[in-house]
This record gives sequence, C-alpha cells and structure tokens, in this order.
Amino acid sequence: MELHEMTAWELAGYLHTGEVSAEQTVQACYDRIDAVEDNVRAFLTLTPEMAFDRARQIDELRASGEQLPATAGIPIAQKDLLCTDGVPTTCGSKILENFVPPYNATVIQRCRDAGMIMIGKTNLDEFAMGSSTENSAFQITGNPWDLNCVPGGSSGGSAAAVAAGEATTALGSDTGGSIRQPASLCGLVGVKPTYGRVSRYGLIAYASSLDQIGPLCKDVRDAALLMNVISGRDPMDATSADIPVPDFTGTLHTDIKGRKGGIAHELLYGEGIDPAVRETIEQAVEQLSCLGVEFEDVAMPHAEYSLPCYYIIAPAECSSNLARYDGVRYGHRTDEPATDIYDLFAKSRAEAFGPEVRLRIIKGTYVLSAGYYDAYYLKALKVRTLIKSDFDKAFEDYDFLICPTSPTVAFKIGEKADDPLAMKLADICTIPVNLAGIPALSVPCGFVDGLPVGMQLMGAPFSEDTLLQVAYAYEQSTDWHKQRPGL
Amino acid sequence: MPEVTLDEVRHVAELARMALSDEELERVRRELNRIMDYFAELQQLDTEGIGDTSHAIPMTDVYRQDEIGDSLPAAKIVQNAPDSIENFFRVPTFMEEE
Amino acid sequence: MAFRPMVGLEVHAQLLTASKMFCSCPVKFGSEPNSNCCPVCTGMPGSLPVPNRKAVEFVIRTGLALDCKVSDYCRFYRKNYFYPDLAKNFQISQYDEPLTYEGRIDLAVNGEPFSIRVRRTHLEEDTGKNIHLSDGRSLVEYNRCGVPLMEVVTEPDFTSADQVREYLVQLRRLLRYLGVSTANMDEGAMRCEPTVNLVDEAAGQATPIVEVKNLASFKAVHDAVSYEIDRQHWCLENDAEMQQETRRWNETEAKTTVMRIKESADDYMYFPEPDLVPLTPEREWVEEIAESVPELPLARERRFVEEYGLPQYDAEVLTEDKQVADYFEAVAATCGDAKSASNWVMGDFTHLLHESGQTPDTCKLQPENLGKLIKLINETTISSKIAKDIFPTLFEQGTTPRQLIEEQGLAQISDEDELGAIVDAAIEANPKAVADYQSGKEKALGAMVGYVMKETRGQANPGLVNQILREKLSE
Repeated sequence: MELHEMTAWELAGYLHTGEVSAEQTVQACYDRIDAVEDNVRAFLTLTPEMAFDRARQIDELRASGEQLPATAGIPIAQKDLLCTDGVPTTCGSKILENFVPPYNATVIQRCRDAGMIMIGKTNLDEFAMGSSTENSAFQITGNPWDLNCVPGGSSGGSAAAVAAGEATTALGSDTGGSIRQPASLCGLVGVKPTYGRVSRYGLIAYASSLDQIGPLCKDVRDAALLMNVISGRDPMDATSADIPVPDFTGTLHTDIKGRKGGIAHELLYGEGIDPAVRETIEQAVEQLSCLGVEFEDVAMPHAEYSLPCYYIIAPAECSSNLARYDGVRYGHRTDEPATDIYDLFAKSRAEAFGPEVRLRIIKGTYVLSAGYYDAYYLKALKVRTLIKSDFDKAFEDYDFLICPTSPTVAFKIGEKADDPLAMKLADICTIPVNLAGIPALSVPCGFVDGLPVGMQLMGAPFSEDTLLQVAYAYEQSTDWHKQRPGL
Repeated sequence: MPEVTLDEVRHVAELARMALSDEELERVRRELNRIMDYFAELQQLDTEGIGDTSHAIPMTDVYRQDEIGDSLPAAKIVQNAPDSIENFFRVPTFMEEE
Repeated sequence: MAFRPMVGLEVHAQLLTASKMFCSCPVKFGSEPNSNCCPVCTGMPGSLPVPNRKAVEFVIRTGLALDCKVSDYCRFYRKNYFYPDLAKNFQISQYDEPLTYEGRIDLAVNGEPFSIRVRRTHLEEDTGKNIHLSDGRSLVEYNRCGVPLMEVVTEPDFTSADQVREYLVQLRRLLRYLGVSTANMDEGAMRCEPTVNLVDEAAGQATPIVEVKNLASFKAVHDAVSYEIDRQHWCLENDAEMQQETRRWNETEAKTTVMRIKESADDYMYFPEPDLVPLTPEREWVEEIAESVPELPLARERRFVEEYGLPQYDAEVLTEDKQVADYFEAVAATCGDAKSASNWVMGDFTHLLHESGQTPDTCKLQPENLGKLIKLINETTISSKIAKDIFPTLFEQGTTPRQLIEEQGLAQISDEDELGAIVDAAIEANPKAVADYQSGKEKALGAMVGYVMKETRGQANPGLVNQILREKLSE
C-alpha cells in the first residue's frame, strides 16, 4: 500500500518503528497533491515549508530517543476557518482573503503538540454556510469519487483532501452537519462531538451555540485517535465542558452485544430520504443486529421542526458573529468613496460577503429585530427545547440512535445551487443533532450508484465512546472503509 | 403571516450595515417571505410553559480568575488592518455619538 | 405648578480589577496604543470571551451594599450596534436578567430625607477610544476595550438636581469604600447619564423623556439636570414643542442642545450571548461577598456622631475615605479621646498625607502611635505644642512617641520641686510682673510662665507652673 492510502494508525505504526519518517509521510501527501489537486481543488493554502520543517524536527526528536505521542508525524489538513498563527485563514470569504491570524486555535495547537503536521488549509462554504462547498468565494471542490459531484459541505475541502489521499486526516467544523454530511458523501468517518467536548477557541464562528470541531478520517480508529488529541476542557472557551475525556482508542474494542439501538423513525422514513439510501441503512441495521444490537423504532415527533428552528437560530447568531467584519481592524475595506463610516461598513460588507452570507445576515438581523424577537427567535429557542427533549427521552431507553447522515448521495455540482430549499434538506438528518448538542458520527455503510452512503449514529451527551465502539464493531464486520476512490 | 415589505428589508439591511442594490433588496424580500412561510410552521407548536434553550448542554458559572496574562504586541494587533498608523487603526472620521 | 421633575440616573463605573472583563489583558491606562490587547478584546475572528470572576463579585458586592436582591440565574446578552470603537460590533452586556436588582438607598439633602430605588446593577464591557484628527480621519485603539464596567441604574425617583448630586457624592463614596472603583469622573472611571422629564400625576400627563450626555463632573450633572428641568417648565408654559431626544450638555454655555432625536426606541437586537453560559451565583458565595461588605459610609457617619459624639462635620469628613475612617477609629480606640483623635486625623495627619502623597495604609505612622501621642498630651506628659513640633518626625519615621520623646528629652517636667526652683528664679527675675500681679493684674502672670517655659525649653507642665506660681506669689 502506498503511504498516501494509509490510515493514521497504520502510518503511526511505521513511524514508531522508524520504517517511515515523518518527512516521507509529508512528501507522500505533497506528491499526491501534485498528482490530483488540480482536479480535486481541496486546498486554499498549502504549507509545505512549515510542514517539512516540522517533519524534520519530529524525525530528529524520534532519532534522539524522545518519547513522542502516537500521532507524531501524521499529516493533517485543517479547515480554513481554524485560526493558524502566521498562516492565512480565509473562511472561504473575500472579506478575510488577506487575513493572517496572530494566534492558533486551541485545536491547531493541540494537533501541533501531538506532533501532527499541517499540510494546508482546506476549502469550505463561505463562513461554513452551505452543504456543498459551492459557496466558497475561491473555488469549487470536487468529490474524489466523482469529480462532477460535490464533496458535501461545509467541510468539503477537508473531506475531499482525506478521501483523495492528499492528507491522512483532517479537521472540520459542524454547525448543522458540516462534518458528517461531507464525510458521508466522500466515504469517510466524521465525528460531530458533544457541544463543549472540543474547544471552539480559534474556530471562526458561524453559529456559536451549534458549532463544534471534529475529525474527518479514513476509519473509526483514526477518528478515535483524533478525538483523543482534540477533546477536553479549554480555559479559553467558556462553553467547553469540564468533563473527563475517556481514552477513545483504548475503549474501541468494547463488545456491543446487547446494546440497544433506536431507529429514528422520522429521519429514516420521512420525506426526502432517497429510497436507495434508506435501503442501505436498513441493511446496516441488519448487520448491526447480527452483531448483537437490539433495535426498535423510536418516534422523534419534533424532528420535523428542526429545519425552521435551525434557520432562525443559526442566521441570528451569524448576523451578530459576522458584524465584526467592517473593514476597520482586518479584512476587506471598500475602495469606493464612502459618505460616512457607516457607508464604509455597508459597502465593504456588501462587496466582500457572498450572496448566501449576505442573505443569512439579513435573515438573522430580521428575526432578532424589535418586534420579531419573541415570534421567531424566542419561539425557536423553545422549540429547540422540545427537539432536545425528544432525544433526552430516547436516550433513557437506547444507547444510540441510527438514521442516514444525508438523505441522498453526492449530487452534481450546480444541481441544487439554484434551489436553496432543496439544498437545506441536505441537512435534515444532521441538524437536529446540533440543536440538541449531542454527539453523532457518520460511518460508511455502502454505495448507491457508485457513490458512498454514510449512516449516522447519535448518542447521549458525552457518549462519543459508545458511538465509536458501535461504529468500530460495524466497520470491522464490513469493508466499506477499505474502498478508495479511483482517482 | 403578513408579507415582508421592501421598506422592512431596507430597514433591516441598514441595521445589518449592508449596502444592497434594489435588485438584491427584492431578492432578499422574496427569500424572506419564502422562509417566513416556513417559520409559520413553528407557530403551530404549543410552547406554553416551555423554557428556552440557548445552550443545549446545560453548564453554568464558568469563570476565569482575575489574573493578568500576556497581551500581543501592538504590531500584531494591527497587522491585518486595511489602514493603520503608529499602531492605531485608521478610518475616515465620524461624528461622535457616544 | 402641578408638574414635578422626574429624574433617573444611569451610572457607569469602571471596576478595579487587574485584568479585563473577558480576557487576561491588563486594565492599565496611559499605555501605548493597542498595547494592552489580545485577539479577544480586539474582536478577532475565532476569539471567545471568558468572564472575570472578580468583576462579577464586585457587581454583586455593590448590589448588596445598595440593598439589591442577587439574581440566582442570569445571562449575558449581546447588544448589537455598529461603532468603530466596539471591536466586535456588539457589546457583551446584560439585558432583562441583571446580576442584582430592586435595591434602594436612603439619603438626605439639607436635612430633608429622600429615598431612591435602585433598579439594577449589571456588568458589561467598555469600548475602545476614538481620536478625531483634523485631516478628516480618525484613529481607533482598544486598550480600554473590554475593561469591566458596572452599570447602576435608578428608578426615576429624583425630584431635584440637588438630590442627584447628593446621590452621586454618596455613590462615589460607596464605590470607593467597597474597593470596586476609583469612581473618578475626571478620569472617566465614573460616567453619568440622567434622564429628565416632568410629570403631572393627577392629570396623567408627562413631558417626553430627555437623556442628557457629555457630563464630565458632578457639577455638570447638577447644572444640566437643573437646566433641563427649567427648560421643560419653560416649554410647558410657552407651549413649545418637546420630543423624546438625547441632548448634549454644553459646559461653557451652560445649556443643553439637541444631539439626536429618538424617533423610535433603539434596536439593539439583544439576544443571549451564545459564547457564555448562565451565571447562578451560589448562596455561599453571595454570603461570603455579603460578609466582605464593610460598614457603609452613611451608616458609619451616623455611628461616628452617635458613638463618638463627633460633630456632623467631622463624621462626614472622616468617613469620606474608608482608610481614613479606619485610621481614625484605631487612633480613637488607643487614646480614648475621639474628638482629639478626629482633630489630629483631619488636621496635621491629613495635611502630611497629602504633602507626601501617601495613604493611611501606606504611611509609616501606625494609628496606635498617633493614639499614644494624644494619650501623652492628655496625661500631660508632653504639651500639645511639643506634640505638634515632633509630629512631622513621628510621621516620617513611624517610631513610638515615647521613644522619640525620650530620645530628644522632651518629656514634660511635672516635678514640683524641680519646677519650684525655676519658678523662684522667675519671680526673682521679674520684679515688675510680680508687683503688677499683686496689684491685681492677672495677666502679669504670663510673663513669669513664659520665663519658666523658656528655661525648660517648653517642657514644663504649664498647668503646674501656674499653680506653683500662684501659691508662691500668695505666700
């Protein structure tokens, strides 16, 4: 097997024994990038100089007998909304085209401390608003399984980079499905951790109460490895939870016999779920049953309200989070003559935000403005309570819930661009999870028309270990995760 | 739910400090109306006596101690500024409103 | 006139924390531009706020001192508006869930008592600073951005400008007592915004509420409120139009002018700050804070009058500063003579403090030693003249007075035999005075006492000298 095809834990083994150097792993990524990036277009910035420097450093440390973390020397791609000290961080937006943060996001620092080597920054829908990565201000990323298809979004660049072998692993962020949906569409494992499990410090915010960072990986074991690196309380993030972090790799082999699974009825049999995708999930349920999981149908009566609820809360938080881009401290400032400072703000913002971002900012401002707050925003927060209580109730009886990650496999580039509502339905299975703050992951479970399908496992708050155990047992009994796109 | 008017969209665009062309104001108005129908669904739900969830994972009382840490050098604070001078940000002048 | 003034007050006070409200940058003034800044307080993409526990404690402490209830659940909100000095274009503040609420403070003007209801005390972050240049450009810097600000809001219970001023004086003293703010208006550490209108409750009528800004001193607040009350009365009498507006106080012309007309309420699009979690101050913590609230200045002032029998004036002056009041009490406890303690603390002691730029807590002279000095005077060990002479040395060195007196041999001479011999010499040296005295001129005694004092370098016990002289002269 070639280096660029290996998983992180396979590479880690070779790195540990010295059969492979960190420099070689990094070289393998850039070789692969040279070969396929023109077609995949996953990266906005590449950082070879830094990467090779770091790789040599790690090789030297290892040669000197230093005890290094298991992940030392593993290449990683970072979504371009994670702040990287000295490296441009654009958020896929013209407004931050030239922004170079003077600090590292906590997860970037944690990856660095764990010896992981950043290959580059990956493409995304502008400010993470989208489900196809078509909303990037800079480029459109192709799905390595079919370059005419989208990789999903908003972490489409991270997903495409890992699926294409350009990076061994990647981090993304997930506000309404932005890790899980591209993982599903690109045949990867993607984890949206419990809200608060991973520090958001340095993650450029879209919707603060929904955003969470997580890994996109080639298999479940890699995901567990990455979760070990990035999880845990951070004093710089007041919403990061002070709860012990289990050893996700160490507990991976736990037997799942007798575990109780709930089939989230509305999210499998509801409107918009492609029948072929549904069938694939049903087969996965059967497979899990063979492994000893007991399944029952679970009603999620408020799930159907998730979309309207989300499309009030997310734009509202976004309108406030994105107010800071005014052309004073950083980012784009208009060259047009401005009549006053407000005119300068308004022109700079309108020029440099893309149409979808402008629209969401206006929507968010509208629902927060006087007279509408109670009817929309407050109402949405109350409905959010109902959605969350559906899950709370379910987890009294079940260890996890299952449904598709995406209602369809990857769609063609441009196919849904003019149909915003259809695009939003892409997140119908993933959004309730963010509203409830619970953890969920997507794991490959088959193919439809040659494109990957992912199943979503959802769990009670801070039960990532359970989800990873179930996913791992399933994965080990199938070989979906061993398939690689014929790029 | 009543139709969103162009004047309302204009007002909101001003609140959001977003200079939109007439064409885009109309686009936004259509989108807002479309999404409003969608939101109307929420109104069907009875939420009497239901609390509001601003955070899904209940946490309270997270503080930092009153201790001084490292600031960044001023040059780094202004390094991304479209216009700066002597470590000040510079903008066209504006009327003080306080 | 059936219309009466209805004035409310919003006071902002910068809190005396070491670090900022939501990041660990220092609270420091007069630094180079943007040198006390980090990603958080300059609103950089990706940065997140974490609240300063001490700032929350300070607001609760102030609320408790103002008899407020402490909220058992409250959240920070975002107040959204665009302004260059506001790094994130929203201010983290509080909205309908303040930290403390429903308090009151009882005051008096010219012996007339009045009560003001305190609506709330809450916490927010300060903005940066703008400097407007003459070349059509402005500079912005964020050293002040994120400094914790407490807002104390009253109900519109004031009925005169004098009441407003008295409240501000007492509030400033309170904040200093509590150690939560310097409350210096001239440094901008305390800022006031009154709202003024007139109401006729019987007729159910009221003038539009006017907010007054640009007030840089208590005098300015007083004069502006007074002006605004008069202006609104004038408008009523002359049927002049009035509207809800913000007016600016013009110090030089001593009048208010329109700054901004409020067509509708400002739309700040408040919503709960999603980057922060709710505060639920635990009972034990609040109790701990309550215990840390010292005796409040007004209560202390009253006690000084009652317990020590001090004149009202002394009590007021002594309680203006908590350290001074504490110092006085320690002096009084040592010497058992409150009035003398008050005179010394307000007089020579304060004088030397100011001269040397020290505070009671930093100066070398322990209050016990000042107490001992007073005791030595009262016990006639030294004269008050000598006490005054040696006080600067005592203040500077911080030694005990007895030590200093012994070192310099300044103890008062009260030995009758020793004094008797000197008195004899005085009588012999002043025959004319003796004759005058014996012919009934009481005053003539002074010359002989002066002689004795001179001979003893002022150390003779003057009372005793008088007594011995009279005895000897009547022999």
